[in-house]
Amino acid sequence: MIHFVVHEEGDGVGVVVVEGVKAGQQLNGWIMEDDKDLKIEAKSDIPIGHKVALRDYREGDTVIKYGVDIGKVVQPIRKGEHLHVHNVKTKRW
Amino acid sequence: MNLANSTFFGYKRENGRIGVRNHVVILPVDDLSNAAAQAVENNVKGTIALPHPYGRLQFGADLDLHFRTLIGTGSNPNVAAVVVICIEETWAKKVADAIRATGKPVAHFGIELHGDHDTIMRASRAAKEFVQWASELRREERPLKDLWVSTKCGESDTTSGCGANPTVGNAFDKLYPHGVTLLFGETTELTGGEHLVAARCRNDAVRKKFQFMFDRYQQLVERHKTSDLMDSQPTKGNIAGGLTTIEEKALGNIQKIGRKCIVDGVLDKAEVPEGPGLWFMDSSSAAAEMVTLCAAAGFTAHLFPTGQCNVIGNPILPVIKLSANPRTVRTMSEHIDVDVSGLLRKELTPDQAGDRLLDCMFRTANGRLTCAEALGHREFVLTRLYESA
Repeated sequence: MIHFVVHEEGDGVGVVVVEGVKAGQQLNGWIMEDDKDLKIEAKSDIPIGHKVALRDYREGDTVIKYGVDIGKVVQPIRKGEHLHVHNVKTKRW
Repeated sequence: MNLANSTFFGYKRENGRIGVRNHVVILPVDDLSNAAAQAVENNVKGTIALPHPYGRLQFGADLDLHFRTLIGTGSNPNVAAVVVICIEETWAKKVADAIRATGKPVAHFGIELHGDHDTIMRASRAAKEFVQWASELRREERPLKDLWVSTKCGESDTTSGCGANPTVGNAFDKLYPHGVTLLFGETTELTGGEHLVAARCRNDAVRKKFQFMFDRYQQLVERHKTSDLMDSQPTKGNIAGGLTTIEEKALGNIQKIGRKCIVDGVLDKAEVPEGPGLWFMDSSSAAAEMVTLCAAAGFTAHLFPTGQCNVIGNPILPVIKLSANPRTVRTMSEHIDVDVSGLLRKELTPDQAGDRLLDCMFRTANGRLTCAEALGHREFVLTRLYESA
């Protein structure tokens, strides 16, 4: 069962595609562009459609998705945690 | 899907364009004429009124856009005939004459010196004639290139960027080589990925025009913003769906133009493209505004990928909705024409998903009602550029 998908190799986030992911759960991921699998342990409850961090981030780091910059980290994030508006902000506007 | 000899059945209009619907539209030029237009719609079955809140004391570019949108809507080949109603007869005639240039039957009425009762009676007589005439028009088989297909996504979430939007992209990549006229837009929703669109432009002239449109919209945001636009762009629904920043939303959005199509030209709002290919139209990213502009630019079928499920439709342009979000297709199934959630379970390849969407597009072009049509979604929303005088 695929719990999360990653657009391409090198992206720092995955998208949870099933409902009810809980902290401590082992998640199966699929890198769509490269058709590869990966595994990660969820460190937070993560709703469907929300992102899981695939690496540790420090404040000021850039988040990469689709191979492109999607914003800056404003509060440290650990691998497996929920990555969203509480810890990442736009670099535009 | 091999599209080489693909055809669909449409209505050939007087100017050679092909429609996939056969509407008789009652078109108010201004807010004051809505009541009469809706009374005519009620009197004559098979007509459709397009009420809206604008048209008074607009000026300059904003007024030009108002007229261009109304005229474009009436001129759209999905419309067989039009009854135009305005408080002032001269402006009714101005809009009607521009639509008449397509050759289709148009009648126009001014309310002043007549009142609502007399106007409704006269307009209803004309509408009845048009509906009966239109009801005898027959579809004919036409090549795929006669279809004009626009796209705009809505209430996106992260599944849009990895499922529904790439499915539209796959379909666009398949349609493009066959001379289909294609459209995308949503200017602010390219923010963070604008360089990717610029790189896809046919030549420097197109790229320069695109960059000008993009920069102008950025300046508008900078001038009026009171925050980083969180909850507006991305919307609250986008954020609830997991999208974090405008950059992330934009990169998902751009998946809709596929990987191979070239951006052949750039259009102003409601401007009609001059030939086949993929066109970018400078536009709001608000769904009903953008889809209304697509219809006004002459597009006859619309592909609308959604994540959290924007329920939008349009009065004259069939809006085909697709989603890859398994929760959306379960909880809001009555709104989803094409379920591509299998993409995220590896049960469907992008190629199969694109074919599934194209199959639905052909069936829709041939007359199948979309979910939005069956549910009566007729959002007709005019874009305003600034305050009225």
